Amino acid sequence: MALHDLPLRVVLYEGSGAESVDAESRWAAMNALLERGFAVTRAGAERPVSPADATPMLVVARWQQPPPDSADAKVRWGSLDPATVAEQAEAARAEFSSPTPGAWRPWFPVIDYDRCTNCMQCLSFCLFGVYGVDPEKRIQVQNNDNCKTNCPACSRVCPEAAIMFPKYKAGPINGDVVSDSDLNREKMKIDISSLLGGDVYSLLRDRSERARSRFGKERDSDKALAERQKCLNKLASLAADIPAEVLMSLPSPEEIARKAAEASAKAQSALADQSPRTAPTT
Amino acid sequence: MSHPPVPPPPALLYCHCQYAQVVSPEVKAAVLKKLCESDLPFEAVPDLCELSARRDPSLKRLAAAGPVKIAACFPRAVKWLFAAADAPLPLGATEVLNMRTRSTDEVLASLFSPELRPNLPEGKVTAADAPASAGASADVNHPPS
Ligand code: SF4
Ligand code: SF4
Repeated sequence: MALHDLPLRVVLYEGSGAESVDAESRWAAMNALLERGFAVTRAGAERPVSPADATPMLVVARWQQPPPDSADAKVRWGSLDPATVAEQAEAARAEFSSPTPGAWRPWFPVIDYDRCTNCMQCLSFCLFGVYGVDPEKRIQVQNNDNCKTNCPACSRVCPEAAIMFPKYKAGPINGDVVSDSDLNREKMKIDISSLLGGDVYSLLRDRSERARSRFGKERDSDKALAERQKCLNKLASLAADIPAEVLMSLPSPEEIARKAAEASAKAQSALADQSPRTAPTT
Repeated sequence: MSHPPVPPPPALLYCHCQYAQVVSPEVKAAVLKKLCESDLPFEAVPDLCELSARRDPSLKRLAAAGPVKIAACFPRAVKWLFAAADAPLPLGATEVLNMRTRSTDEVLASLFSPELRPNLPEGKVTAADAPASAGASADVNHPPS
């Protein structure tokens, strides 16, 4: 999915030249559009709404007269009919080649820079290239669509509880306030993984190495699979939230070793270049 | 004698949290219904998380609209979802109403109140600081019962 294409904006218009709509129809239209993933503006004079910009728009109303000729190539007119409004929006979306809403489930880490100390543990940990650094060597989420759905593992390695997944079930990962006990728990997890052999990926690698030499002799692919599963279960017990599908889709041990080395080198280089901390604030 | 200019009423933004069941469907439905009955202009987005992931330009538009009340989830999450899209919300002029932890009545009362109570967490907080005071929003997420 191209993440930077402009999405369609639907405007419910009830101003001059159009009838006002009863609350039930307005709700039905609004709900139908939201359920299909379209952003909707209910325009009016009483309060500000966000202004028009380059985003393509479908303006729907119960027109009392034919809608104006569109001088703007990015505007289409439609009818405020709850039964058909979502289809009209879908047609406009296709015409403008706007992204298909909901094509990707939005599961990705969100960094709380009020908490982040730019320690790079998340960058070293993630094997899927989700994290990177900006030109000032600040940690950044760069490839959020690489993130594995429902896997909040990196939030567990962050010593500051600075990584959120807003759709996660529990706090503080979901964005709830961070408590002292949350911070202590996070630290403990990291200590456990270092006690067990450096980090969870080297643990995984070692166990796979051992397993591989045994399989070489036995030539038994079922056992190989069973050993990999055992090894992955061990990893899962270290970060109890990692879904089994994510663990099973991890790359081969060699690939893991390569990626872990790359991520760690990237983190080391960013740390080496770090002048005084420059995490952004808002 | 001239009076100080009256600030504009806050814009209203509703998040439908479409791609996960983390907000109760009853609360979402009731809030959206009341907004539609209210005759007030407002913005509704299917899923702020998706917009943030996409760095959707509408977040910039929404953040630039001035004072705003947002019915969504945790203020800390909403603050950094906007920031991740390079669309920081105005710290002193944003009130986030948490539909994950507050009742429909509480959300609606705050949404339609003329008063804006900014509640985004502010400022640097790390383990070296005082974590217990991390969230200016603590009382807003978990109001005393
Ligand atoms: S692990 Fe946490 S504190 Fe460290 S760079 Fe990543 S988000 Fe920031
Ligand atoms: S911002 Fe909160 S309420 Fe909105 S989609 Fe994300 S998790 Fe759901």
